[in-house]
Amino acid sequence: MLKEPSAIPGFGLSLGYTLFYLGLIVLLPLSALVLEAAGLGLDGILRIASEPRVYAALRVSFGLAFAAAIIDSVFGLLIAWVLVRYSFPGRKVIDAAVDLPFALPTAVAGIALATLYAPTGWLGGLFAAYGIKIAFTPLGILIALIFVGLPFTVRTVQPLVAEVDREVEEASATLGASRRQTLLRVILPIFAPAILTGFALAFARAVSEYGSVIFIAGNLPFVSEIAPQLIVIKLEEFDYRGATGIALIMLALSFAILLAINLIQAWSRRRLGGV
Amino acid sequence: MDIRIVGVSKAFGRTGALRGLDLEIRAGELIALLGPSGSGKTTLLRVIAGLEFPDAGQVYFGQEDATGLAVQERQIGFVFQHYALFKHMTVFDNVAYGLRVRRHGTKTEIAARVGELLDLVQLADFAARYPRQLSGGQRQRVALARALAVDPRVLLLDEPFGALDAKIRRDLRRWLRELHDRTGHTTVFVTHDQEEAIELADRVAILNGGRIEQVGTADDIYDRPATAFVMSFVGDTSAIPVGFDGHRPSFEGRSFDTCLLGPHRGPGLFYVRPRDVEVTAPGAAAITGKVRTVHRTATGLRTQISPGKTDTLIEIELDNSATVKAGTEVGLRFLRGRLFET
Amino acid sequence: MSQRPLPPPTAATERPVTRLCLTAIALAFLALFLVLPVIVVFSEALAKGVAVYLETFDDPDARAAIELTLLVVAISVPLNLVFGVAASWAIAKFEFRGKSLLITLIDLPFSVSPVVSGLIYVLLFGSQGLFGPWLEAHGIKILFALPGIVLATIFVTFPFVARELIPLMQEQGSLDEEAALTLGARGFRIFFTITLPNVAWGLLYGVLLCTARAMGEFGAVSVVSGHIRGVTDTMPLHVEILYNEYNFVAAFAMASLLTLMAVVTLAAKTVLEMHYGDALARTTRI
Repeated sequence: MLKEPSAIPGFGLSLGYTLFYLGLIVLLPLSALVLEAAGLGLDGILRIASEPRVYAALRVSFGLAFAAAIIDSVFGLLIAWVLVRYSFPGRKVIDAAVDLPFALPTAVAGIALATLYAPTGWLGGLFAAYGIKIAFTPLGILIALIFVGLPFTVRTVQPLVAEVDREVEEASATLGASRRQTLLRVILPIFAPAILTGFALAFARAVSEYGSVIFIAGNLPFVSEIAPQLIVIKLEEFDYRGATGIALIMLALSFAILLAINLIQAWSRRRLGGV
Repeated sequence: MDIRIVGVSKAFGRTGALRGLDLEIRAGELIALLGPSGSGKTTLLRVIAGLEFPDAGQVYFGQEDATGLAVQERQIGFVFQHYALFKHMTVFDNVAYGLRVRRHGTKTEIAARVGELLDLVQLADFAARYPRQLSGGQRQRVALARALAVDPRVLLLDEPFGALDAKIRRDLRRWLRELHDRTGHTTVFVTHDQEEAIELADRVAILNGGRIEQVGTADDIYDRPATAFVMSFVGDTSAIPVGFDGHRPSFEGRSFDTCLLGPHRGPGLFYVRPRDVEVTAPGAAAITGKVRTVHRTATGLRTQISPGKTDTLIEIELDNSATVKAGTEVGLRFLRGRLFET
Repeated sequence: MSQRPLPPPTAATERPVTRLCLTAIALAFLALFLVLPVIVVFSEALAKGVAVYLETFDDPDARAAIELTLLVVAISVPLNLVFGVAASWAIAKFEFRGKSLLITLIDLPFSVSPVVSGLIYVLLFGSQGLFGPWLEAHGIKILFALPGIVLATIFVTFPFVARELIPLMQEQGSLDEEAALTLGARGFRIFFTITLPNVAWGLLYGVLLCTARAMGEFGAVSVVSGHIRGVTDTMPLHVEILYNEYNFVAAFAMASLLTLMAVVTLAAKTVLEMHYGDALARTTRI
């Protein structure tokens, strides 16, 4: 199995244990999934997808995840830019804090956001005065998804912001471009692949998110019910087939979208190269 | 268009990069800013460009006081040492950039101008390529074309060949000179390579510690160096401390004959080039010295001699046939040298 | 004499006014989305005062939840640690076919929803699952009991240590180990005396992330645990139960413990990054 013999010991032991562990923890359960999927067959899966409630949940999940990822990409770029290029007191602490949604347990985030945006909450109350409900509506879900996706969009763009070649900015200025033209024509295109990656990661995370969302979502079928929640409900009803169907659709859709993004990125990476 | 720099100072933190500097650049000339690193030459170039603003002093473009003008308004062309090409754009788009952001002309007019420039820099076939597909020398030519596209009042180059191989550097040097002769732009370029400066420029300004030591042609610099720094910067020199007895310099109390260049007459440091020192028998010269080392070079012998009782070393080049041995005493005759005040 | 203008912008940055605006917007966004929720946790937890806050931990169910969480962590993290070490040793020191497939498999949990991570175990061990009937017949409980929770937690957290160690060990190469071999050292001795010290910081960081995630995992555990109060409730699940009962102070009190853990993790990460900057930054943590 080794491509070439190695003097270093432990190959058999390490690989063996690794495969054993993976087999037990990952492959075995996954095979149960595959088995269940096979039992369903493609038409079975499509039938589940077309169930009105399932379709609605998928639309809620993917639609809001998409919107949240876009918002996160815009603000992620802004935040990365401000953190890298400007200096202000407390910058290091704030930089570390960006990882908070990543480190905080999802249930904690869930109840905190729900409390914050409930009609009696600090922010929910503010908006309630204008007749806008946030918690228990799709808007609440959106806010929770923005929360969980933010670290991804900031951290993927940040290294590129840090590496911007000042001379290129200066060159653009010497050629007569205004600051805005320099940013749009010269700087932003360089960030494009990273922005796409960040978007993809935030999107993937948002689609599969559960704990942060279920407290603030209304969980009203057809309105504010997310796909993972529907999976849980189906499991509680012992509808294993239904739950598996939804899971597979989610996996397939996410895979397709991520593949598309990967292709776009590969194309733009070919344009940029190493100069 | 001529440029005048009057009393310009700039400090970075506590280090003064430029100290009350004056310089006049004539319209249409190709002038080099030469000096060791830290001398302020790049800072001066960036002040002219508007990439830095001076703490004091003025910069005049012709009659206009451009000191506070933003870089975008100065109509300059700037070429960076590492090209600073826009790597996500083709060669064509790079060169067209300045024209497009200023909306200078229709699509066809811009295309024509870019074509002209690419012909000028001999890269017409590379218009559709990306910077990463070009060699270093080609990239620099694109950078130059890009800078020229906006018809700048002055062309500024910051160590433009610094990142290139020696051979390419020499080729591009010659090529830049021809380009300048053809287009006639006022051109200022920064270099630490004196050979490059002397070969390329009409005049050379030598900077040291934020000040200009001398501005002049190659002849001025070599034959009439204004300061000791200039003399030692542009060629090998050795220096010995001397007194002055009214007519002739004296070393350790002994006067010696020599051809004194330069205006100074008085005690100071006597600077001499290796070629202008002769080795004789100890008794035949006023000054004697001890030979410390002798080595072969491609063209002859290089020897280091300590004059008199000092440990200073004077380096001399001798013909291969000279018989000089380390450890012996010899006589030193200085044919000509230059006196500078200490 | 021309008038000296105010400190002017250089060509490579925005006007001061613009900078101020952008900074303000960025900070406002962060404050709104990141900081406020954390503040809410503590303000709600302490809403009735410190005494009541502390009392919530006297509740036996709360204690059970904490104990269960710690037990789960105590089992899953060491197991994942051993796995991480084994996997990175195999991947970093040897060339073999299927290596990229292996690496992809290790990344799998990150692309799967936590609910789906729980789902697959239900499909395996649930009463209608693959082994369900067999387990029932033999009286073995995996779901709705500790083993199920541990398995789900392991699934979700096993990549962390491996993902930190693999790039690190790949970068360090095998020169040190080969030198040790020539000096006569063997197997485990080489590992403990040579390899381990070299990767200590990365290992620590990976264990830190693994532990934090193991403590806080909600979705996957929620699916497999059955929510049996006092028995199969981990801390995050207990938070959910309390919240759904409108017992806000208790819910947020428990949440505050988890939040503190998160803050400590971030602080430790910052310290480790300062100590150990480049190598950590190079590994994609997501």
